[in-house]
Amino acid sequence: MSGGFLSLEGVRKEFGGTVAVDTFNLEVAAGEFVSFLGPSGCGKTTTLRMVAGFEPPSSGTIRLAGKDVTFAKPNERNIGMVFQSYALFPNMTVGRNVGFGLKVRGRPKDEIASRVREMLELIQMQHLEKRYPYQLSGGQQQRVALARALAIRPQVLLLDEPLSALDAKIRVELRSEIRRIQRELQITTVYVTHDQEEALSISDRIVVMSAGRMEQVGAPFEIYNYPKSAFVASFVGTLNQLRCQVVDPAGGKLSLEGQTLLSNSPVSAAAGQQVLAMLRPEELHFGAADGENRLDGEVLSVVFLGGVVRVQVGIGSSVLTLDALNERRLKLPKVGDRQTVSFPPHACWVMAGI
Amino acid sequence: MTISTAPAPLAAEAPVTAAPPRGNRLGSWLIFVMVALYFLVPLAATFYWSLRAEKGVLSFEAYRRLFADTNFLPAFTESIVNAVIAIFLSLLIIVPTAYWVTLRLPWLRPVVEFISLLPFVVPAVVLVFALIRLYSRPPLLLTATYGSSRVVLVCAYAALSFPYMFRSVDNGLRAMDVRSLTEAAQGLGANWATILVEVIFPNLRVALLSGALLTFAIVIGELTIALFMAQHTLGPYMANLTRAKVYEPSAMAVVAFAITWAAMGMIAYISRERKGT
Repeated sequence: MSGGFLSLEGVRKEFGGTVAVDTFNLEVAAGEFVSFLGPSGCGKTTTLRMVAGFEPPSSGTIRLAGKDVTFAKPNERNIGMVFQSYALFPNMTVGRNVGFGLKVRGRPKDEIASRVREMLELIQMQHLEKRYPYQLSGGQQQRVALARALAIRPQVLLLDEPLSALDAKIRVELRSEIRRIQRELQITTVYVTHDQEEALSISDRIVVMSAGRMEQVGAPFEIYNYPKSAFVASFVGTLNQLRCQVVDPAGGKLSLEGQTLLSNSPVSAAAGQQVLAMLRPEELHFGAADGENRLDGEVLSVVFLGGVVRVQVGIGSSVLTLDALNERRLKLPKVGDRQTVSFPPHACWVMAGI
Repeated sequence: MTISTAPAPLAAEAPVTAAPPRGNRLGSWLIFVMVALYFLVPLAATFYWSLRAEKGVLSFEAYRRLFADTNFLPAFTESIVNAVIAIFLSLLIIVPTAYWVTLRLPWLRPVVEFISLLPFVVPAVVLVFALIRLYSRPPLLLTATYGSSRVVLVCAYAALSFPYMFRSVDNGLRAMDVRSLTEAAQGLGANWATILVEVIFPNLRVALLSGALLTFAIVIGELTIALFMAQHTLGPYMANLTRAKVYEPSAMAVVAFAITWAAMGMIAYISRERKGT
């Protein structure tokens, strides 16, 4: 694969004998928004730092607009980076922070002033140009950091968990703003996060990573609904993993604690073997429905989460989690109630090899 | 994703601080008064003694005589110049070292800390004999003239300041996110010189001033090394004064004390200013 605006070919990074990133191949198109999603220590930040030039790869090639930048210094790459800790210069005002990159490039003063104004308008903070970072809230500081990174007209914008230090409400607001600005400027963006909701809501494509490897690359819809590995399935979203016995592989017939269920997905295991049946909680509902799988069990817990109500149902030794959309007329089940849970065969997919 | 059924944590409770029992409070005050007296009585006595130069009245005569002494001002000036040069030398060595250790060689920190503490371990008299022994013969004959001996003295002062300077700078560097600031500046196109001058130094202002003023306070009255290096600085001047005069040494002690406290006060003031901004 070639022709991406930003391309990583066989990039690998070792620290001592530990492999932090293993054979990373990715093509990012111009103007695309790609997120690296994974748990702590999966190598997503290391990969980003290699793109930025802060870590040299142990092997592989990084190209930016067709130019090999694998071992170029960070200040030779024209990449804008936003850090989790904002990294605003405490001794400089908002305006000087935003204009810093242009100043070190030796741009004329009037050009710097005009670009600073333009950037502050973009983040709607024109009135705070004279403030110091300590006089701003966390959200405002991160917006300034974004403006500073964009002021130099970078070819690629890198964001390393930029919203992690902010509270939930600001995080949601700011991620929409980042996406708005990215779309407005059509800037190629790589975003690192461990927050699946953030990645799903903001990205054109997501790279799910685990233990230094790329698990899956795809659009958010694809990643969520068609995970290619048990890791992706369980890391992205909430997932029920039910240990079932194969009854009829050709017909997708499985047995769970003596109850039968059908799956539309191919079952590669032979009859009698154990497989994992995967079910998203939001695809389950209470009550029997024609043509759907039915499982009977006992309600173990009911947790009200606002928009949804999360109910756990015990089916023998297995526990099934069900998310019901909240509405005023919803009748909440009680702990200890016997309930029937239904789901269509297409909602259940099977992973062998457990 | 695992779904936890554990109960939600309760909101953090405000810490309850009960007033200490009356007996405890009295004990605290007693200790405070004793410590205050331990420091203040000798100081007050010295000050009182310095005012008794004229028979029967309290006056600043001893101070007048001290400042009128033709040897005082040159010794004082020389000590100040030595202190300023030692401060710059120390900054030149310590700041880049501490910065690089913080940024790239954190595993080396214990070694650098140990080296910076050596002046506490090696007594000044041992240090000065080592210096004389090392620099009093070719190829490093630096004790032959007054000027070259002064170079050795200033270098020794710079070394004496390492524990204070390293700690100040290191604390300053730890208080800021050096790695992120450096990388942010690098990413924006800055080179090492720009990063140091525009980003690191301005944010180390308080730490640098603290280290510098502590160095100043130590160097200004240093006796042992200056004496053995035959330097006409304030330390040897004060020692001579103690032998030859009665009231002027007390006046000198009060002046030296005032200078030291002025330096300390300035550190406290600048630190407070910085916190306020």
